[in-house]
Amino acid sequence: MNNNKVIEVSGLTKMFGDFTAVNAISFEVEKGEIFGFLGANGAGKTTAMKMLIGISAPTSGQAKVAGFDVYKETESIKKNIGYMSQKFALYDDLTVKENITFFGGIYGLSKKRIAEKRDELIEELGLQEVANSLVASLPLGWKQKLSFSVSLIHDPKIVFLDEPTGGVDPITRRQFWEMIYKAAHNGTTIFVTTHYMDEAEYCDRVSIMVEGKIEALDTPKKLKEQFKVASMNDVFLKLARNIE
Amino acid sequence: MKRFIGFVRKEFYHIFRDKRSLFILFGMPIAQILLFGFAITNEINNVDIAILDLSKDATTKEIIHKIAASNHFSIVDIIEQESSIESIFKKGKVKAVLQFENNFGSNLIKEKQATVQVLTDATDPNMASTISNYITAILQNYQKEVNENVTFNYQIIPQSRMVYNAELKSVYMFVPGVMTVILMLVSAMMTSISITREKEQGTMEILLVSPLKPFQVIVGKVFPYIFLSIINALVIVLLSIFVFNVPVKGSLFLLGFESVLFIITSLALGILISTISATQQTAMMISLMGLMLPTILLSGFIFPIGSMPLPLQVISNIIPAKWFIIIVKGIMLKGIGLGFVLKETLILLLMALVFMGLSVKKYKIRLE
Amino acid sequence: MKIILYIIRKEFKQIFRNKGMLPIIFILPILQLVILSNAATYEIKNIELGYVDADHTRLSRGLMEQFKGSTYFNISEHFSSEKDANQALQKGEIDAYMYIPNHFERDLQNDKTNTIGVYVDAIDGAAAGIINVYISQIIQKYNKRIATDFVQISDTIQKPSSIDSIPLFWYNETLNYKTFMVPGILVLLVTMITLFLSGMNIVREKEIGTLEQINVTPIKKHQFIIGKLFPFWVIGMALLTIGLILAKVIFNVPILGNLALLYGYTSVYILVILGMGLFISNFTDTQQQAMFIAWFFVVIFILMSGLFTPIESMPKWAQFLTEFNPIRYFVEIIRMVMLKGSGFMDILPLALKTLAYAIIMNGLAVWSYKKTS
Repeated sequence: MNNNKVIEVSGLTKMFGDFTAVNAISFEVEKGEIFGFLGANGAGKTTAMKMLIGISAPTSGQAKVAGFDVYKETESIKKNIGYMSQKFALYDDLTVKENITFFGGIYGLSKKRIAEKRDELIEELGLQEVANSLVASLPLGWKQKLSFSVSLIHDPKIVFLDEPTGGVDPITRRQFWEMIYKAAHNGTTIFVTTHYMDEAEYCDRVSIMVEGKIEALDTPKKLKEQFKVASMNDVFLKLARNIE
Repeated sequence: MKRFIGFVRKEFYHIFRDKRSLFILFGMPIAQILLFGFAITNEINNVDIAILDLSKDATTKEIIHKIAASNHFSIVDIIEQESSIESIFKKGKVKAVLQFENNFGSNLIKEKQATVQVLTDATDPNMASTISNYITAILQNYQKEVNENVTFNYQIIPQSRMVYNAELKSVYMFVPGVMTVILMLVSAMMTSISITREKEQGTMEILLVSPLKPFQVIVGKVFPYIFLSIINALVIVLLSIFVFNVPVKGSLFLLGFESVLFIITSLALGILISTISATQQTAMMISLMGLMLPTILLSGFIFPIGSMPLPLQVISNIIPAKWFIIIVKGIMLKGIGLGFVLKETLILLLMALVFMGLSVKKYKIRLE
Repeated sequence: MKIILYIIRKEFKQIFRNKGMLPIIFILPILQLVILSNAATYEIKNIELGYVDADHTRLSRGLMEQFKGSTYFNISEHFSSEKDANQALQKGEIDAYMYIPNHFERDLQNDKTNTIGVYVDAIDGAAAGIINVYISQIIQKYNKRIATDFVQISDTIQKPSSIDSIPLFWYNETLNYKTFMVPGILVLLVTMITLFLSGMNIVREKEIGTLEQINVTPIKKHQFIIGKLFPFWVIGMALLTIGLILAKVIFNVPILGNLALLYGYTSVYILVILGMGLFISNFTDTQQQAMFIAWFFVVIFILMSGLFTPIESMPKWAQFLTEFNPIRYFVEIIRMVMLKGSGFMDILPLALKTLAYAIIMNGLAVWSYKKTS
């Protein structure tokens, strides 16, 4: 297997009873890529992602994440990935420092390393003032950035972001994507789902899911050329209309 | 008004879509009342006892036979020495030991008096004294039979009538109690959760901003639960009547009316709890931890209020269940009418109003 | 191992930061233990007794004097008719009344026996039985007195033979109900708190989304579960300690047995309860559902625990069901150890059952917790 491919998916399917949420999707992601996993709400993005991060067993098909099989080696996958959920799942009733310490500990980092990372994160995000405040008191944008940083705390090979910019103002969104670039630059592969089509522009490659299937997969530039439109938003609209 | 109806309809949808909770809401009370009606009883049956017969004559044999024949007792052990008593008590094998003195039979004939020691494990005092009383009764019966031909002089003989419950069925006492406890707990819990859940999910603010008045919001939230609780109450009463043969001597209509009143009071209490709770967890813990034991213990459900120390008797007055149990027992078992339970009814009404009033006030404060 | 410590630390922080819950976890149980233990009593006191005296003779008045002197009864009033007395009984103003008929004294002198009517409100059958016994006993005593008053020299005195039953109450001479109830109520409180907290805790993480976050980490199932439940185990043991201290200091409940034995047993018992809480939370999606289920079981367990009504009195099928009721075991054992001084061998059978229960329950719970769905 090619060392450069960190995610390999082939014919992956998830069914809930009669309903097919993810319909035999296939794609590959290379190391250091920012891979956008686009689609409308309910298209099956989150379901697909859950299979890749090892918390949902596929109905059929194959997939490997960081070289490990999603059926049998989920625990190994989890050692090598980071995850930021839609709800920015941090503990509201713990402080910023306590959250960082906790997740660092869960990932098995040494005390020394946790302390290093903690100082690093707080410095980078400018959270010195609120380091000892409860996360509940932070504005949404700060929670989001903190959540992202926590997902990287153990220097994973791949980080999965599920709708990371929901409800956040444009400036913060911009700053957030700068953080993503930095991580990708350092060699971390980014797998991000979103329904904001403009964010697709920031990705190296995107795939667009419609009703469980991948209907388009390429760089944003090539997709715009293919559909002869000026923005990713229009690409999506065209796709959606074609399906109808 | 239309808004209000729309709101109530939403509440109904919430409830009926949560199948698991619905199942519990209806299934649990039914299961519980069936279970308790059959299993909870004060009567003494098949209590394990041991015999220490130091005499072993015809008389003691006869008496032991009589005791064995009684379905209150089950003789599981015969011991030979006093020293064995301690260990069987410690092991918890028997609840009592009957010790017949030496030469029992001859003492009875010659001295006209003989002794049986009834040693009971009084860690359960109630059981111990009841066992004591029953044994005494059996002994008295035995004596009566033996002394049948002798007439006694100058005896007042009491003729007892057990009014309202000739067979002393403990079901009569417990079923109204179980009904009350279940209704109160379910009602209070349901409403307290319903409101705090909106708070936690953030949808409460939407309600607050809407043109619905606070009072309308509260009533709207309570309304579906009144409906559900009435169904619960109906099922419980039907089970009591048809499965447990608890009579309904009084007016069914009055019973229904009082039940609705009690349900409203319990729901109002639930709302009050929710207004002082920040999270669902807190609301539920208060409903369960704070209401359950006091309701079971202080309502007269199992323990007679008259026997409690005075301060507790006073406290029991603020437990709505206490008043409702009096009403239910009165209507079902004594057949009394509204006139006789007027006081209790008014008290329940007052409680309901106070709870609602406090809730609305607390709700308003949060608005400001 | 270290990972478990991280989780434990987080849990404790969260518990103690929750200002609303702390009083509920600690103060409410203490209050209930102290106050409610006083409520639990089957003693029948303050019996409201009415009477209708249609005779108005020395004999009838003498009889009523006996009752007035008794500490069990409060003579409420003299009713002029049975109808009035019945009404009072209906209203619940009196618990019982006696009817002394006309010609009472005269009939006794002539026929040597007479009857009076005793009417007892028997809705509480057990209490009614006891009230009846008390009344009979007082009448018996009076009978002995009047026999000597009325006897005439020509009458032959027949003395019946009598069997005296002497009651001896072991471990609780004064029939103190509190000695009986306090340990039992303590068991209830420890059980309720640990069950509710553990049941709701994991569901809450489900609801807010942090459970998913944790499931994506390489943390092992057992690490997570042990870390989550350990703090509640500690709280349970702490409550036990506080409760025992209060029992001794306020209620003077004896502690005859080995405390180490009690603590040892309790530590296993709490594991059963925690396992239940975990099991419940694995199958519910919302805190509400978890609470309802926990509530359902708790109410059944409490009422069928032998704490308020004896297990021996239940029908066989119900007694069988109580084998699955952990509270039943704890109530029995805490009484045996504290009040009778029972030792390790004495409680072994019950303790082994509890241990088996703990292993099965926790095994089920851990197995049903799935990191991957």
